[in-house]
Amino acid sequence: MNRYPLWRYILIGVTLVVAFLYALPNFFGELPAVQVSPVRTTEKVDTVLLGQVESLLKASNIAYSGVELSGNSIKARFASTDIQIKAKDTLQNKLGERYTVALNLVSASPAWLSAINAMPMYLGLDLRGGVHFLLEVDMKAALEKSAIRYQNDFRTELRGAKIRYGRISREGNAVTVHFATRDQRDEAANKLGTAFPDLTFTAEDQAEGFTLTSRLKPEAEKQVQEFALQQNITTLRNRVNELGVAEPVIQQQGASRVVVQLPGVQDTAKAKDILGRTATLEIRMVDELADPLALAQGQVPFGAEIVPSRDGGNIAVKKDVVLTGDSITDASPGFDNTSGQAAVHISLDGKGARIFKDVTRENVNKRMAILLIEKGRAEAITAPVIREEIGGGRVQITGMETAQEASDVALLLRAGALAAPMQIIEERTVGPSMGAENIAKGFNSNIWGFMAVTLFMVIYYRVFGLFSSVALAINGFFLIALLSMLQATLTLPGMAAIALTLGMAIDANVLINERIREELRNGATPQAAIHAGYDRAWGTILDSNLTTLIAGVALFWLGSGPVRGFAVVLCLGILTSMFSAVTVSRAMVNLTYGRQARLAKVSI
Amino acid sequence: MLDFFPFKKTIPFMSWGKATTAISLLTFLFSVWALWDRGLNLGVDFTGGTVIEISYPQAANLTEIRSALEETGLPEISVQNFGTSHDVLIRLPNKGEANAAETSNRVMAALTAADATVELKRVDFVGPQVGKELYDSGALALLVVAFGIMAYLAIRFEWRFAVAGMLANLHDIVIILGVFAFFQWEFTLTVLAGVLAVLGYSVNESVVVFDRIRENIRKMRGETIPHIIDDAITRTMSRTIITHGSTQIMVLSMLFFGGEALHNFALALTIGIMFGIYSSVLVASPLLLMFGVKREHFIKPVEKKEEAVV
Repeated sequence: MNRYPLWRYILIGVTLVVAFLYALPNFFGELPAVQVSPVRTTEKVDTVLLGQVESLLKASNIAYSGVELSGNSIKARFASTDIQIKAKDTLQNKLGERYTVALNLVSASPAWLSAINAMPMYLGLDLRGGVHFLLEVDMKAALEKSAIRYQNDFRTELRGAKIRYGRISREGNAVTVHFATRDQRDEAANKLGTAFPDLTFTAEDQAEGFTLTSRLKPEAEKQVQEFALQQNITTLRNRVNELGVAEPVIQQQGASRVVVQLPGVQDTAKAKDILGRTATLEIRMVDELADPLALAQGQVPFGAEIVPSRDGGNIAVKKDVVLTGDSITDASPGFDNTSGQAAVHISLDGKGARIFKDVTRENVNKRMAILLIEKGRAEAITAPVIREEIGGGRVQITGMETAQEASDVALLLRAGALAAPMQIIEERTVGPSMGAENIAKGFNSNIWGFMAVTLFMVIYYRVFGLFSSVALAINGFFLIALLSMLQATLTLPGMAAIALTLGMAIDANVLINERIREELRNGATPQAAIHAGYDRAWGTILDSNLTTLIAGVALFWLGSGPVRGFAVVLCLGILTSMFSAVTVSRAMVNLTYGRQARLAKVSI
Repeated sequence: MLDFFPFKKTIPFMSWGKATTAISLLTFLFSVWALWDRGLNLGVDFTGGTVIEISYPQAANLTEIRSALEETGLPEISVQNFGTSHDVLIRLPNKGEANAAETSNRVMAALTAADATVELKRVDFVGPQVGKELYDSGALALLVVAFGIMAYLAIRFEWRFAVAGMLANLHDIVIILGVFAFFQWEFTLTVLAGVLAVLGYSVNESVVVFDRIRENIRKMRGETIPHIIDDAITRTMSRTIITHGSTQIMVLSMLFFGGEALHNFALALTIGIMFGIYSSVLVASPLLLMFGVKREHFIKPVEKKEEAVV
């Protein structure tokens, strides 16, 4: 009666082997590494760069133990941190500013483990050290910014339609246009209503005149906010890339917040500075008269300056600014209607459109450059040729080779500046020594607790206690393997949850063992007692674990940060413990006692 | 066979009803008083503010640190040792400053200027709105867990069991909070996680006893309900002590090896486990009796479920 069919043993054996394999990378430790990734997130890393990194290391006589392409970065491993730092400096010098070179740690597990995607657990910032920021985008400012834009647009539109108007005032997000007569007001309402479908207009007759007040429709308001958030995230991503962080996390949280996690960053002052920096976009004319040869020798024509261009090389641009990035309301990649070429579509606000029309009319067949200026350093994103006069504020730039390049440029145009100011509303910094200390604390709590529980179980339940303890250890393995497979973030509270679930997991075995003892006491044969013990304990085990699971799920759902890390491990631990405490320990019991038909005595 | 609890006779737990009710009521009232009079010492997670943990290679000179910090002009700075004499904890409230996130930079700049050997171990800055949200979602989580478990017990057993189990466990929670308020131990997000885990965990205990009561009701015909409950508790006693003992071993291990970060978490769990045993046995079951659980609630043809065990 206490036998498992063969397939069951095989199934348990397979799960044990899989769990062991996936838990294994956690025991190899980590090697110092240098990670090379492109500054622009849209750029791809390929084997050419891999070869370049390798030859650079070889040329500088830096010994490395492996270079590999992983994700969108290249990781080179080294034997010691001294070599690692030397390699970082060398690579940063030689590769230039297009690439971020960051210090990192990679798993020291052998290649065949990485090949089956077995990775160590993903450690949270409290265990590896680093900074966590929660930033809030000022949505009120984003909406006001869009209202200011409409103020200008109304002016252009009304002027174009030759409708006389008075003052255009703004209060919060509401823009009010004043008129002398009702007819003018009604005509304007008509005109603006069709030109701006995102707005609702209300007309009012007041003592001092006639007014037309516009407000954003709720769905348009939502869109403005989403746009602002997305743009801020893109900008942050570009800025974080400059910080040289190996594995940054930049994520939207809720409707108006962004989480930024920078593992390994210690200089929080610098990080805050870079995250909060403002970048600007400028559109200027290219100095066509500049002699390319003189340019190459570094001679700057009068009234112009030389800026590096994104595709390499330099370009001379005039010092006069045509437009700033504030005039760009949107930029999106697309295709040219007639030629089918990749293109970027830019929308300008009313004032920008007017200036742009004048400038393009006067400069047909000349080039204009779009510059991104950060930290006082300018870079030309693109420098297209003007084909014809462009009116209406809708600009199309072609000349990009691929759709990818078009989307890069569109992203840069959008991401150059923040759509709305952001404020840090939460910061959690953990120093590197603290991270290592926390790992040691969490590990020690688990190991000492485990040993004490095992000792007690073996003394109290003898052989069955031994089975229970082995099942508990296997449960630990399952949990580590599962956490590694899911790459769920392990935090210090998560490690506490491992300890807690191990303590609670033994409950199932205690229930079973106590039941077996009771059956024996009531005169059942050992085989029957074992059978009854396992069979009937299951219902109770399920019940008692489910209540804890309810708590775990609620914690995961409502918790944040440390609480969530705790909840994930708690839930997973409950699931693995039900399997290991019941099925795995039963397999051990069956293997030991199941075959003996006339079992006279069990050690419990 | 090593057996700590060879109870041959049923222990008359239910006849101690008056005494246990009195004990529960007293500890409960004490906790409510502590919460009302002293309040929880809420950590920076809930109140908002900045906490900076620093460490020196030598014993830290608190007076020097204080005077260095006074020069920053930041208000209400508290400086105290943390764990060892080398470690120092600095707390600053949010004082409606425009740039509260910069506070930690200013503090560290001042400290580094005074003594360059200072090492930054941890900074927690929580803005006022975040603190409020964490507080609200914590309270919501407590409610969700309580009602979730109650619903589960009501489906699995009967409403009397659900209400009795939940009251017993909320009594534990109030006592944990009361002890934290009385000793003014810091209540952080991690402690909250511990408290909620206790809520789920100590219901386990009630579930096991309830399971046994239900089984006994079906088997022991002709016995009175109090006797049935006494029998159920007596027979699950040994499992109760061993299970909670092993969980407590792990928790003690956290208390000793987990350092300051897990200290209060482990304390919350310890109180929770202790009172969990007590309340499941001596609070939930008398309540069940009070609510008038009857044999008829379970001896129905539809109620035919698998037998429960311990």
